Amino acid sequence: MIDSLLQLFTTDFVLYALAAGLSLALVAGPLGSFIVWRRMSYFGDTLAHSALLGIAIGLLTNSNPQLSIIVSCLFFAVILTLLERRPGVSTDTLLGILAHSSLALGVVVLALSDSIRVNLEAYLFGALLTISSVDLLWIIAVAVFVSIVLYRFWNEILSATVHAELAAIEGVNVRRLNLILVLLIALVISVSMKVVGVLLITSLLIIPPAAARGLAQSPEQMAMKASAIGSISIVFGLVAAFYLDVPVGPAIVVAASAIFLLLHFYPGSQKS
Amino acid sequence: MQATASENNVLIAIKSISKSFAGRKVLENIDLAITRGRIVTLIGPNGAGKTTLVRIVLGLLQPDGGEIQRQAALRIGYMPQKIQLESTMPLSVFRFLQLSGCRDESLVEASLDLLRILHLKQRQLVDVSGGELQRVLLARALMPSPDLLVLDEPAQGVDLAGQAELYELISEISNSRGCGVLMISHDLHLVMSATDEVICLNQHICCHGKPEHVSNDPAYLDLFGTRASQNIAVYTHHHNHEHDLTGKVTHSHDD
Repeated sequence: MIDSLLQLFTTDFVLYALAAGLSLALVAGPLGSFIVWRRMSYFGDTLAHSALLGIAIGLLTNSNPQLSIIVSCLFFAVILTLLERRPGVSTDTLLGILAHSSLALGVVVLALSDSIRVNLEAYLFGALLTISSVDLLWIIAVAVFVSIVLYRFWNEILSATVHAELAAIEGVNVRRLNLILVLLIALVISVSMKVVGVLLITSLLIIPPAAARGLAQSPEQMAMKASAIGSISIVFGLVAAFYLDVPVGPAIVVAASAIFLLLHFYPGSQKS
Repeated sequence: MQATASENNVLIAIKSISKSFAGRKVLENIDLAITRGRIVTLIGPNGAGKTTLVRIVLGLLQPDGGEIQRQAALRIGYMPQKIQLESTMPLSVFRFLQLSGCRDESLVEASLDLLRILHLKQRQLVDVSGGELQRVLLARALMPSPDLLVLDEPAQGVDLAGQAELYELISEISNSRGCGVLMISHDLHLVMSATDEVICLNQHICCHGKPEHVSNDPAYLDLFGTRASQNIAVYTHHHNHEHDLTGKVTHSHDD
C-alpha cells in the first residue's frame, strides 16, 4: 500500500494533478471564506455555469480555451455586479435565470459545433488527471496572483464584509473592493474547471470554509484551516480516484463533504 | 471672544439642505452645526428623515440642494444603529476593533477600557449581550480618534439603567476628548441630561434648542404627545403648524 502510494505520487501526471489541486485549494480557503461570509454561493454557481458558455465561445472562435473562459467569466462577473445594483430586481431569481440559461446555452452551442469532439463530462465534472503543463501553469499563476491581491486587501475586504457602511466611513472604497473580490472569484473559477468541473466548483470554494468554521476563532484562522481542509480533500480525492476507479472531481467533493460532516458532528468541535 | 472660539470649533455646518427620494421630500431646508465638545441630539418620529440627515453628515449621501462645510481633515467616528452579525464568521471583539484599520493593540485596549469592556477583548462578537454590543460599537467608533462622533440610536436594546450609564459615558467622552457628538434618539427624556442641543426633526426642523426648552415646545408636544413630557411643567407658547400622521404640515396659522 505504502509502496503503491509512493509510486502513485511520483507519477508525472499525478504530480501535475496534485500541484494543480493544492494550488487551488490554497486560494480557495480564503476566497471561499468570503463567499461564505457574504452569502455569495449562488453568485459563484452562476459564474461557474457561465464558464461553460465561455468554452463554447472559445471553441467557436478558435481562440485559446483557457483565455476565453477567463474573459467570459470576468465579463459575467462584471455584468452580475452591475445587475445586482439595480433596485427592484430580485438577485436570487436573476442569478437562477442566468446560471441555468448560460449553462444550457453552453451545452447547446457545444453540441452544435460538431466539427470538434468535446468531452462535455470533463467540463462538467472536471478532468484533473488529464491536466497539461500549460493548464498547471495557468492555475499556479492565477493562484499566486489571487493570493497576493487578497493579502494586500485582506483587512479592507474583511471590514467591508462585516459592515460596508462603517468601512466606507473609515475610508475604505467598498465598491472597488467588491469588484476586486468578484473578479478574483471569477479568475479562480475559470481556472478550476479542469480540477472539479463547472458543476462542482462552488463546493470546492464553500465546503472547506464551512467545515473550518467550528475550528476557528478568527477570520484568518478560518481561511487557513479551510485551505488545509481543501488540500486534504484534494489528496483524498486523488487517492480514491486511483484505488476505487471513480472520477476525481466528484471524489474530491465527496472527501470535502465527509470532512465537513465529521467536523460538524464531532462532539465538542462546534460551539452552540 | 467666545463667538470666535466657537466659529473655529465648528466641525460641520449644514445650510438649508434638502433631499428627496423618488419625488418624496424627506428633508427640507435643514440647518445644522456641530461644534467641538457639544452634543446635539436628533429626535423625531419614524420616517422623519433622521437617518437620511445622518447619512448626509457622514458623506454617504449627497443632498439635492444646500451647502455642507466640513472642517478640513475631519475625522468621523460612526456607530451604526445595528450590525448584522454574520454567525459564519468567527470574529473577536479585539479583531472587530482592529478592522478600523488600527493595528496598534494599545489603542484598541484604551478604547475598550474607556467603555469599561476590556474584559470582553477576546470574546467572540456573537457571544456578547445586546448592551455590551452597543459599547463595542461605540468603542469602534472611537478608534479613529474622531473629531466628530455620529451615533445612531446608541442605547438601542440597552436596559434603562444601562442607558443612563451609556449616555453618561458619551458625555464624558465628549468632554474628555473634546469631540462633537451628533446622535439620534427616540426618546428625549433619556438623553436630556447628556445633550446640549436638541433638534426635533420631522422632514423639516420643527423646533430646536436646549432640551428643557424643546420638551416644552408645542411642536415637540404635537409630535410626541403631551404624555411624553408629563413630568415636565408645560408652558404654552407659539404654535405655528401641525402635522398629520405622515408628518406633513396640515395647516399653519400665525396668531
